[in-house]
Amino acid sequence: MIRNSAFEMAGKLASGEITSVQLTQEHLDQISAVDTDVHAFLHVDTEGALAQAAAVDAKRASGEKLSPLAGVPLALKDVMTQKGIPTTCGSKILEGWRPPYDSTVVVNLKKNDIVILGKTNMDEFAMGSSTENSAYGPTHNPWDLTRIPGGSGGGSAASLAAFEAPLAIGTDTGGSIRQPAAVTGTVGVKPTYGGVSRYGLVAFSSSLDQAGPCARTVLDAALLHEAIAGHDPKDSTSINAPVPAVVAAAKAGNVKGMKIGVVKELNGDGYQKGVRNRFEESLELLAAAGAEIVEVSAPNFEYALAAYYLIAPSECSSNLARFDAMRYGLRVGDIDGASAESVMNLTREVGFGREVKRRIILGTYALSSGYYDAYYGSAQKVRTLITQDFNKAFELADVLVSPTCPTTAFKIGEKADDPLAMYLNDIATIPVNMAGIGGMSLPSGLADEDGLPVGFQIMSPVMKDDRMYSVGAALESALLSKWGAPILSSIPALAGSK
Amino acid sequence: MSSLSRDDVAKLAGLARIEMSDAELVALSNEFTVILDAVARVQEVAGADVPATSHPLPLRNVFRPDVVIPSLSPADALSGAPAQEEARFRVPQILGEE
Repeated sequence: MIRNSAFEMAGKLASGEITSVQLTQEHLDQISAVDTDVHAFLHVDTEGALAQAAAVDAKRASGEKLSPLAGVPLALKDVMTQKGIPTTCGSKILEGWRPPYDSTVVVNLKKNDIVILGKTNMDEFAMGSSTENSAYGPTHNPWDLTRIPGGSGGGSAASLAAFEAPLAIGTDTGGSIRQPAAVTGTVGVKPTYGGVSRYGLVAFSSSLDQAGPCARTVLDAALLHEAIAGHDPKDSTSINAPVPAVVAAAKAGNVKGMKIGVVKELNGDGYQKGVRNRFEESLELLAAAGAEIVEVSAPNFEYALAAYYLIAPSECSSNLARFDAMRYGLRVGDIDGASAESVMNLTREVGFGREVKRRIILGTYALSSGYYDAYYGSAQKVRTLITQDFNKAFELADVLVSPTCPTTAFKIGEKADDPLAMYLNDIATIPVNMAGIGGMSLPSGLADEDGLPVGFQIMSPVMKDDRMYSVGAALESALLSKWGAPILSSIPALAGSK
Repeated sequence: MSSLSRDDVAKLAGLARIEMSDAELVALSNEFTVILDAVARVQEVAGADVPATSHPLPLRNVFRPDVVIPSLSPADALSGAPAQEEARFRVPQILGEE
């Protein structure tokens, strides 16, 4: 059962073949069996999940009309607040903190009766591409436990690949949903900025952060997308417009007559050969399904990484000022007569990890008087140029595509001491966040060199998220015919796995 | 070539309210030489005529109706406090003795 898609599980729940309590228990058992090795979860809420599942079963038994995913379990990235449940953001500074309120995403999950299993591991405050920056130790990629599961949402992606959950929530500031999806052979979607509320999402970079669905199939991602998306008065940057028809698009999977633009700059040198091969194959399949493949150019994308590593640190240096040891979280050095400033300094020294400190200092520098124009100001201009590149490209194509990442999953520890090499992972995912458009990654196969999953990225214009689901579903269906079984059927079995 | 000395990093750490050891300051100063060279590339393309984008949505002041809705109870608001006294946050001394 745990290897089914969420859509299949929902069908079996609706027909009475299984109860939500049974389904939830099966996933809790799998977590007990494999999570010592994978370490996808920071907190498992056994009691809460089973209580929620029992409540859904009772509603179903009484004949109440339920939402499409009612009773299906989900893993929640530990950057989202859930009332009474520990929320750490992978940081020591929030160890033991239990938020007094639900994020809007959690409110929507509960409204849809989706069962929350627990909180997943992540790079501290979502800063990283490998989950190695978690203060609670790294998550391991279920394809090869010596490798990274991507980041920052490595826990969410790994929980899907390890069959610990059929659905998960991620957040994506520069690729934190899509890159983990790519390296674990799963599906991850960053909706249009403003499509899903940020209320209760602990802020890293407010103009870039966006929550979205993680799943094992495109349709499952669409169903979860619809459940969590929509306008929220509590988030002033939430878009007040109908949610794009993503489920209908995923069900139809029709690309006939669609123009698919290959971004010239997001391929070639620096991209692993197996990554390029799978990308080319996917393009052929989409062409065979009736899409027209065109090439587009986005000359300013090469500056996106540099601009990102100024804008995101700048915003984080401001956002993380809230961790001041006064109202919640860690407090260190509060001895008689100590000043507030010294307590703050000592708390932040102990509470933040290396990468978080690095980015706060970089952001403080980029925003400081005398350097603001040269760094933050210039980066904001690059952001304009990137948006203009997208606008021009979308005049020539309905969606844009590229490999999601330049390489497959690297070894844990391999890039830990080289921040710049680590940042290069996000080279193809960052432009999407800069322009606030939608982006999806789905598996396009295994690389020839190492047999590890490769991701295919689809980008769609603002609030045209349905288009990436059309293309994603078409490609997924063509690949499934070619392979005969989903990509995760070839994942090596984990010790103890059901 | 951009660079930040150990003392520059110490000043920034002070502004960011993060205590740092000497070893950490030196390590960051070395890393910033490489990182600043990489990010300084933004200066190559951005001409004076290009407007800045601070946010992906063209939003101005967003208002909602001014109605009273439930908010956190004092107990909930204080539930994560490192220290509290008489239903208030207890914080270290903010002003000096004088």
